[in-house]
Amino acid sequence: MPAMAEIRNYTINFGPQHPAAHGVLRLVLELDGEVIVRADPHIGLLHRGTEKLAETRTWLQTLPYLDRLDYVSMMCNEHAYCLAVERLLGAEVPLRAQYIRVMMDEVTRILNHLLNIGTHALDIGAMTMVLYTFREREDLMDVYEAVSGARLHAAYYRPGGVYRDLPDRMPQYVQNKFKNAETVKRLNEARQGSLLDFIEDFTNRFPAYVDEYETLLTDNRIWKQRTVGVGVVSPERALALGFTGPMLRGSGVEWDLRKKQPYEVYDRMEFDVPVGVNGDCYDRYLVRIEEMRQANRIVKQCIDWLRMNPGPVITDNHKVAPPPREKMKAGMEELIHHFKLFTEGMHVPPGEAYAAIEHPKGEFGVYAISDGGNKPYRIKLRSPGFPHLAATDEMAKGHMIADATAIIGTIDLVLGDTDR
Amino acid sequence: MSTRLETLGQNLQNVLGERIARLGTALGEATLEVAPANYLETARILRDHPDLRFEQLIDLTGVDYSTWGDGAWNGRRFAVVSHLTSVSKNWRLRLRVFADDDGYPVLPSLIGIWNSANWYEREAFDLYGILFEGHPDLRRILTDYGFVGHPFRKDFPISGHVEMRYDPEQRRVIYQPVTIEPRENTPRIIREEHYGDAGHG
Repeated sequence: MPAMAEIRNYTINFGPQHPAAHGVLRLVLELDGEVIVRADPHIGLLHRGTEKLAETRTWLQTLPYLDRLDYVSMMCNEHAYCLAVERLLGAEVPLRAQYIRVMMDEVTRILNHLLNIGTHALDIGAMTMVLYTFREREDLMDVYEAVSGARLHAAYYRPGGVYRDLPDRMPQYVQNKFKNAETVKRLNEARQGSLLDFIEDFTNRFPAYVDEYETLLTDNRIWKQRTVGVGVVSPERALALGFTGPMLRGSGVEWDLRKKQPYEVYDRMEFDVPVGVNGDCYDRYLVRIEEMRQANRIVKQCIDWLRMNPGPVITDNHKVAPPPREKMKAGMEELIHHFKLFTEGMHVPPGEAYAAIEHPKGEFGVYAISDGGNKPYRIKLRSPGFPHLAATDEMAKGHMIADATAIIGTIDLVLGDTDR
Repeated sequence: MSTRLETLGQNLQNVLGERIARLGTALGEATLEVAPANYLETARILRDHPDLRFEQLIDLTGVDYSTWGDGAWNGRRFAVVSHLTSVSKNWRLRLRVFADDDGYPVLPSLIGIWNSANWYEREAFDLYGILFEGHPDLRRILTDYGFVGHPFRKDFPISGHVEMRYDPEQRRVIYQPVTIEPRENTPRIIREEHYGDAGHG
């Protein structure tokens, strides 16, 4: 009996408990030797039914669920939801709130790309990167904490604006048995002024940090061997597969919602859109690096404007947003508004709206259908990771098994977002 | 934006003509409705016609309209709504098609026109039980292996039908009927228009 006839393709499970699977992805790989013949992602292990839950919650109660989708770019998720609800309501957002949103969106973009580049490098063998990127993430998490009180699940945006204005003081480190007086003094140096001072200090430091990352990776021979020519997607295929964001731009299609269909005050911002050439993992990495530099630029422009222009940060339409606390304590009208808003919730006129934003991972859209009730009739969340992961099979086919981690890393996968 | 929307509406009228069941614009977005029989053909024209050029299927979802407006709905129950984007023309379109049969909704699959429809249609099948003719791999995607029912239908309770626990006697994980009581803290209310405005009580 010839031995050759017995060789069959080998099927293995990649995940759901695999550190490079970025959460709970189960990837069934069919292998011919070490070459991937078929990759079949099984998702849904983190499916929480957010869209169904939204149908049983009021419009405002739904908002914090959005944070828990893509848990590395929280505020961007909220942003798309707020835009959809505002479009249905026809609500006006104060200009200052729009600037705050744009600034926090870009802070979020830096947060997201730092995590992506750090863990992508970690997955394919460059241990050091993640230590550096998490150092900067720590500062930005503090920004999140200062504006919203939470490091991750902010729930800071509201339909009609943002929850509150930027704080005048930054929280300080205190001395303890792990941090001596000298360390605390050094850590608190940038935290003496307002939040805007702190972010400005960060934006001044950040370009040098990005240079550091680039010295570690951009010309690194191993990094290039692992990413150049891996997971190549042509522009035509990228469009057909529904790619958006850095995945689409990495393939050379210049498409950025911030430029093409500007929302909020992006049309007043000066920034460039980086575009890749070859559509491989390396180009997408370069696009993300450049996007961090551009996000830094946008944050700076927002800081300058926000310093000069105080004003309201949430709409004064009390059918949508609650009145200020002191007024609520003194006036009957405001008390009634407050009570109705937090017991029954706002009523959104019947209709449907699809609002999309340029999320760090691609296009994040919220399709909201209202039948005039105090709860959404249907919310569909268009997560950018979903079509990207669907294309894994096409991207991984013919590559070695070790490249599967590079491909999962490059699509910037967060299962909370893909599974919803 | 509005002139762009008008151009899009005009182009759709000129190119599709008879195939349009309904075409409307609201809140700055265009919505096109077609009959299931014209669905595939319309989709192909939307992608290929030089005046339309919707290269991307951004999103596709099922919708169950059965409880819309507390019983005010009298059309078909299930719809599939897609959002299309044209990168070259920079415009968007919402495409809606209602399935003919409420009990056994079947629609043609868009997978041959936009490949990104693959997982979106699996999701719509999983959550709504809408079948897509011509889809090569219509498996469940988000729910558990062996899940029964279509959870996003409006008659599917939020708590589900079964719960999972470890049974120490059988020494394995078992399914049993849910033990939690359904509860609703804030009832669903639909108010008439201008409710609570000045002069309306």
